[in-house]
Amino acid sequence: MTELPLIGEAIAVAAEPRLAGARIGVVTFPGTLDDRDAARAVRLAGGTAVELWHGDAELGDVDAVIIPGGFSYGDYLRAGAIARFAPLMSKIIDAANSDAKLPVLGICNGFQILTESHLLPGSMIKNDHLKFLCRDQVLRVENSNTAWTLDYEAGQEITIPLKNQDGQYIADEKTLDALEAEGRVVFRYVGFNPNGSRRDIAGISNAAGNVVGLMPHPEHAVEPGFGPESLDGIGGSDTDGLGFFTSVLNKIVGGDK
Amino acid sequence: MTTETTKKFNIDTVENAAKTPDTELPWAELGLKQNEFDEIVKVLGRRPTGAELAMYSVMWSEHCSYKSSKNHLRQFGQKVTEEMKKDMLVGIGENAGVTNLGDGWAVTFKIESHNSPSFVEPYQGAATGIGGIVRDIISMGARPVAVMDPLRFGAIDHPDTARVMHGAVAGIGGYGNSLGLPNIGGEMVFDSVYQGNPLVNALAVGVMRHEDIRLANASGKGNRVVLFGARTGGDGIGGASVLASESFDDTKPSKRPAVQVGDPFAEKVLIECCLELFKGSLVEGIQDLGAAGISCATSELASNGDGGMQVELTSVLLRDPTLTPGEILMSESQERMMAVVTPENVEAFEAVMDKWAVEYSWLGEVTDTGRLIITWEGDVIVDVDPRTVAHDGPVYDRPFARPEWQDSVQADTFTGSVQDAGRPAGPASLAAAVTELVASPNMCSKSWITNQYDRYVGGNTSMAFPDDAGVVRVDEESGLGVALATDANGRYTYLDPYHGAQLALAEAYRNVATAGAIPMAVSDCLNFGSPEDPDVMWQLAEAIRGLSDACMVLGIPVTGGNVSLYNQTGTTPIHPSPVVAVLGKLDDVARRTPSGWREDGQAIYLLGTTADDLDGSEWANMRGHLGGQPPKVDLEAERALGEILINGSRDGMIDSAHDLSEGGLAAALVESSLRYGVGARIALQDIVDRDGVDLFTALFSESQGRAVVGVPRSEEVRFTDMCTARGFAHTRIGVVDAASGTLDINGVESLSLDDLREAHEGTLPKYFG
Repeated sequence: MTELPLIGEAIAVAAEPRLAGARIGVVTFPGTLDDRDAARAVRLAGGTAVELWHGDAELGDVDAVIIPGGFSYGDYLRAGAIARFAPLMSKIIDAANSDAKLPVLGICNGFQILTESHLLPGSMIKNDHLKFLCRDQVLRVENSNTAWTLDYEAGQEITIPLKNQDGQYIADEKTLDALEAEGRVVFRYVGFNPNGSRRDIAGISNAAGNVVGLMPHPEHAVEPGFGPESLDGIGGSDTDGLGFFTSVLNKIVGGDK
Repeated sequence: MTTETTKKFNIDTVENAAKTPDTELPWAELGLKQNEFDEIVKVLGRRPTGAELAMYSVMWSEHCSYKSSKNHLRQFGQKVTEEMKKDMLVGIGENAGVTNLGDGWAVTFKIESHNSPSFVEPYQGAATGIGGIVRDIISMGARPVAVMDPLRFGAIDHPDTARVMHGAVAGIGGYGNSLGLPNIGGEMVFDSVYQGNPLVNALAVGVMRHEDIRLANASGKGNRVVLFGARTGGDGIGGASVLASESFDDTKPSKRPAVQVGDPFAEKVLIECCLELFKGSLVEGIQDLGAAGISCATSELASNGDGGMQVELTSVLLRDPTLTPGEILMSESQERMMAVVTPENVEAFEAVMDKWAVEYSWLGEVTDTGRLIITWEGDVIVDVDPRTVAHDGPVYDRPFARPEWQDSVQADTFTGSVQDAGRPAGPASLAAAVTELVASPNMCSKSWITNQYDRYVGGNTSMAFPDDAGVVRVDEESGLGVALATDANGRYTYLDPYHGAQLALAEAYRNVATAGAIPMAVSDCLNFGSPEDPDVMWQLAEAIRGLSDACMVLGIPVTGGNVSLYNQTGTTPIHPSPVVAVLGKLDDVARRTPSGWREDGQAIYLLGTTADDLDGSEWANMRGHLGGQPPKVDLEAERALGEILINGSRDGMIDSAHDLSEGGLAAALVESSLRYGVGARIALQDIVDRDGVDLFTALFSESQGRAVVGVPRSEEVRFTDMCTARGFAHTRIGVVDAASGTLDINGVESLSLDDLREAHEGTLPKYFG
């Protein structure tokens, strides 16, 4: 048999030598869709992407983990509710809560899985307009001290794609107040709240700042010619999302930004 | 389970059939004609069993056998030159055609209809339309990489249109988004002719390495036959209920859904699972289960192979244990595949199934008998030559004749008609006309629809709606990619089916070239009324003749497609609607040309010439007129224009390009301005003088073979030299004006882009919320 790469599978990109040693795991569940995209983003940022399978018993040798978007188990139950019980998830939860504070990023369905796993508070319900919505979304980076936002400035506005059906972030008032007070609202929708999320919240972090979840998709704004600017052309750039990945890679190698 | 189940059935075995030749069979209820039933008896040398009757009835249906169109469709295979075959790796007849992209890459694409299910149950009908076409692509060994959906609904303000529209769009989104396939384009047309017969067509495209191409055949005696994916249930077998005499069980559900229900999660898992099978070379042949389910899969695999096949039907995993053998054979349950696996690969195959938690059951094996034998608990219930089921169905030479009304329709031209009274002329009324055009149901922004589809997933979408073509990268290192466009104009085809079909091809070809891609292959979905109506049959025959002739001239072959007939309400057929998809190739998608201009001061050129082509136009449609002759077809001009657009893109001479089609120059200028929110100053006096048309006609005529392009100042000389050398009409009509925020056309009141956008984007939300 021939061992040629499957279309969309990992391709070799000349990684930045300084960052290439940093290994970012990308988890695939049945129904995950944006796993190749997240892996591509890691590579374009200079790091090494490692495929992780939901059924694996061990996390293996990775320095950070991305739980990508999609519809794990079809989202037929509450989004993320089944994926949260995957064998690998308990390892990720342990590692995120350990002293080593493994950086974890949940994107879209990944964010939903993180709230279901109680790594992040609150939950996502159906968009207030009840439709799937795909659009380029302006976000304000409210906290640039998390593992995934170090390369942004606080207050910086970025444009990255948003695409989901269950994106309305909700939590009780006490939780929302606490998130605000502790600076754990990491991203806020600017100009237009696309789904009715409380307090325009697009993404949050845990107390330590190593676990971040958001509904929009930074991995779809990492490559010239394939991002919001090229596809829709109404402001923004194609690569506003790259900072997520360079942030964590730089943090892992511990070098200068 | 099986022992228990079988007790409930009065199994009609082959042995029994031979002994009871006079048993009455419900062949008419299953849609067979007397001559067709007689033919089955002749082929078998005895009456068919209930299970055989079920198989023949679905496989010999119009949908599966193409019995009314086959004689005409042959032209697609005949009107092909050696040059056109050069890049065709797999032609018509397989699940989808395959075209060589170079560098070891191949691309497969196909368009199909799911019209009537989408009227009955719009969400599931449209969703399973996507599911079915995607499985066709997987069956070829390819990874699906994008989908498109041409849609035609009834009048925008009809109370039932919202039901169909909401359901179909949500179904396409709900299914396609869950598969991780970007939706990169399509069409949306509102016309009352589609009120009781919406057209929901779906296109999928996939890519693979040459060595991964798979075909649907069962070869190699002793190889195992496996069914995997979803379990078999009672969906889509409404017709099989007449075989209920097989059952003694009065507790079984009496009503079966006629429309299949989709499970996109199961399909997504099936995609990944199949790709892993292909990667490991674990299957010898593979076939998806769509229309006619197991009947189709077993008979096609067996007849395309070198021997026969033996299958035990009680091994099929069921969702509903009360299904009769006939129902199991006819069930159209979604998300199922059938494959042929060598004994050595059985273990590895099972490991892949287990990894993805996909259910499977081994049904039987490939034999060398030349027969398809299906048993029920060991008793033979089907014993047929598979070719007679899959390929030797009836073929009809349906009578056809040019309709009596055709001449009077063609004589009724728009210019000078009652509806043409008060044709806009002054600056204010022309400005109002442009705004009215871009807000009209067919010309308004489709973003209300496309924003419900994921265009980003996969990370390889280089262009999507509203650009002229969708562009997807295939090779991440070289940038090699494909461009796709689908087009049809039912009004043009109604006025003149031969040329109307050619115009659909010309537009799709032009759209692909506008994106900068070299057109390579065609797939078509022929949506027509009843073939038993000689008027409709003539439309179909003419459309196929026109399309196949035009493919010869443009040098691109048809590699597959689908025919959908009986699209009519009572005796009123839809407009003949041949939807044509063209696939093109880009060496590097970074060179693709978007439809809007951006850079201040760039020159805007109109390529091609303008005539009084208002018959069948959007403007005439808005005024309630349909008559006359559609725009003139000049395929050589289309080819020349295509070469200019492709070379212009390759050599960096153009920064934007937008083809002129429905809505003419007015629509193109507004769309190119709104694409990036950048205005322009336009003067059309040279066009008016050169082509002898009034300003209204210059703006609203739908003459073919035209495009507007944005040319950087530094490239103007080179660009105009190229057009001159090729003898192609080109006129500088204006300049990009980034500061103004307006579209200014001499002789037309200034149009603010904000107002245009509001008009353009407001229409669908107004009607559909």
